Amino acid sequence: MKKRMFLDACALAVAALFSANVMAQANTFKIGLILPMTGQQASTGRQIEAAARLYMAQNGDTVAGKKIELIVKDDTTVPTVTKRLAQELVVNDKVNVLAGFGITPSALATAPIATQSKTPQVVMAAATSIITEASPYIVRTSFTLAQVSVALADWAPKNGIKTVVSLVSDYGPGIDAEKYFKERLALNGAQVIESLRVPMRNPDFAPFLQKVRDLKPDALFVFVPSGAGAAVMKQFLERGMDKAGIRLIATGDVTDDDQLNDMGDGALGVVTSHHYSAAHPSAVNKKFVAAFEKANPGMRPNFMAVGGYDGMRVIYEALRITKGVGGGDALVAAMKGQIFESPRGPMYIDAQTRDVVQNVYLRKVEKVDGKLYNVEFDVIKDVKDPGKTK
Amino acid sequence: MLTILFDGVAYGMLLFILALGLAVTMGLMNFINLAHGAFAMAGGYITVLLMQEAGVPFLVCLPLAFLGSALLGGVLERTLYRPLYHKPHLDQVLFSIGLTFMAVASVDYFVGSSQQLIQLPEWLKGRSEWGQGAWTLGMGHYRLFIIVVCAALTVGLQYVLTRTRFGSRLRASVDDQRVAAGLGINVNLVFLSTFAVGSGLAGLGGALGAEVLGLDPSFPLKFMIYFLIVVAVGGTSSITGPLLAALLLGVADVAGKYYIPKLGAFIVYSVMIAILIWRPQGLFVRRGGKS
Repeated sequence: MKKRMFLDACALAVAALFSANVMAQANTFKIGLILPMTGQQASTGRQIEAAARLYMAQNGDTVAGKKIELIVKDDTTVPTVTKRLAQELVVNDKVNVLAGFGITPSALATAPIATQSKTPQVVMAAATSIITEASPYIVRTSFTLAQVSVALADWAPKNGIKTVVSLVSDYGPGIDAEKYFKERLALNGAQVIESLRVPMRNPDFAPFLQKVRDLKPDALFVFVPSGAGAAVMKQFLERGMDKAGIRLIATGDVTDDDQLNDMGDGALGVVTSHHYSAAHPSAVNKKFVAAFEKANPGMRPNFMAVGGYDGMRVIYEALRITKGVGGGDALVAAMKGQIFESPRGPMYIDAQTRDVVQNVYLRKVEKVDGKLYNVEFDVIKDVKDPGKTK
Repeated sequence: MLTILFDGVAYGMLLFILALGLAVTMGLMNFINLAHGAFAMAGGYITVLLMQEAGVPFLVCLPLAFLGSALLGGVLERTLYRPLYHKPHLDQVLFSIGLTFMAVASVDYFVGSSQQLIQLPEWLKGRSEWGQGAWTLGMGHYRLFIIVVCAALTVGLQYVLTRTRFGSRLRASVDDQRVAAGLGINVNLVFLSTFAVGSGLAGLGGALGAEVLGLDPSFPLKFMIYFLIVVAVGGTSSITGPLLAALLLGVADVAGKYYIPKLGAFIVYSVMIAILIWRPQGLFVRRGGKS
């Protein structure tokens, strides 16, 4: 008899808790943020999480009457883990939006889950062109390698560079960078004499840089994922390549704001092309950088952080427009076509491709107030991703 | 071409210093220590932290890295490793891999997972060029430094192994542990000091390699495979075996990436497969010794 009463009481308690949970859920809007917090791309995860939390701190956590809940998960830079986490977030936590995705394979692995569950997937970091074509629910706020590579290929021939050797990491974004740089450079009358691909898990750049040295081009075009740039820079200088008359041009991942100041004065004068520099001279950016550095002492925001910040902005704005009605399809429709001023400059989400259209800046590494920054000296406006096949 | 040979030799010598401790441990104690890379990482991080936080000069950090890792190795040997000597190899593998994961996670937690950058002293940053055309020999001063240090260590270790009493005790214990103990050799002490020195060498290798190989919390997992290749190809019963194996692999890796960049990373593995098909017990194994 007592046992039965005890069991009944337990059942009632569970039911009460369960219903309370369900009621609370109706008024929360959950964002599942899957980031590489450990592993090879951990700096990406740290920057995006910091930027996302900054956005929430600045804009409050209630939109259209719903409370925003940010669930951050670590996928350790392994795409199979990303897929599993995305599944758990969608099925167990019932998130309204998936966001983050530090590397291309992670974003592509999650695409089928976004399509099947009709959950918007906001890509804040990964940069290969085909990602937005993998699912109609993918919206990107970061950038593509194709966008920034063509800008450099336009600038180089006008500045005395006729022969280039390209050196990229052997994965999606690297291959994109190599392809679009080569095509645009050929269009402008200069030439890529050799394309080298470096394995992702590469201990030593020495043999590749030695090969470049022996080929004697006017310039070396480099793309490596953010975090590996310092190693390339160091070995470039150690091998005396700048003294041999070879210029270093690269996408901005090599002079990542996160690491730039630790690279030493050897990095001065390197020309890169990218969509964001912490030294971008706009009022919005100055505010963003100041707030970011205040909330995260010792950390300078980089292009990953701005991708996260703008991703949150796109989500918030979409929720504001739809007022929480209509589920994933309505959210994606509200995300398309958003046009706003980001810390990077003006940008908009293309309504056809769901990809980001933004300015690409040409920058040179210079010393400002005793620290190294990428100082912008030229801009190409409203660059659409040239890498779309559909 | 000579420059590539030079770079390969430097890389090989670095691999040798890193893998030597593992070879000796496997040969001496018949213990599969997959956590060897963690000791190398410890040496690297000791150097980085001392240079960044306390401003200690690079050259002073190197012996400190050796001592730190040696101490860590000695303590862990006495407390954690000793109970596992007579356990089956699978238990040893599971234990050491677990230790590696713990090391990776704790370094990640305390120091963070970004690549650690070292600022070398000015005199190590230069480069000298001799000859011209295809026969230029370009020597980075840092790689020259690595070769000199590792060569000196090799000569020193070979001397200790062949000319000192400790060396003969070590060789006796490797040959047959029970007979050596029966003859009054304190095998436990030999094991402890050898493990400590092996870990110390790994730490020194990690410190030297931080500039060339990079240093982040996943270092043990990334480079363990190279250490195991050196040990598998070179055998565990001498110093010269791993030395030649490491040099061969270093040169093959660097030359392979230079001449056939598409195959790049696979060259090392193909060389290993070829050598092991030819000599399955390794390049240099003494006849009659315990393999």
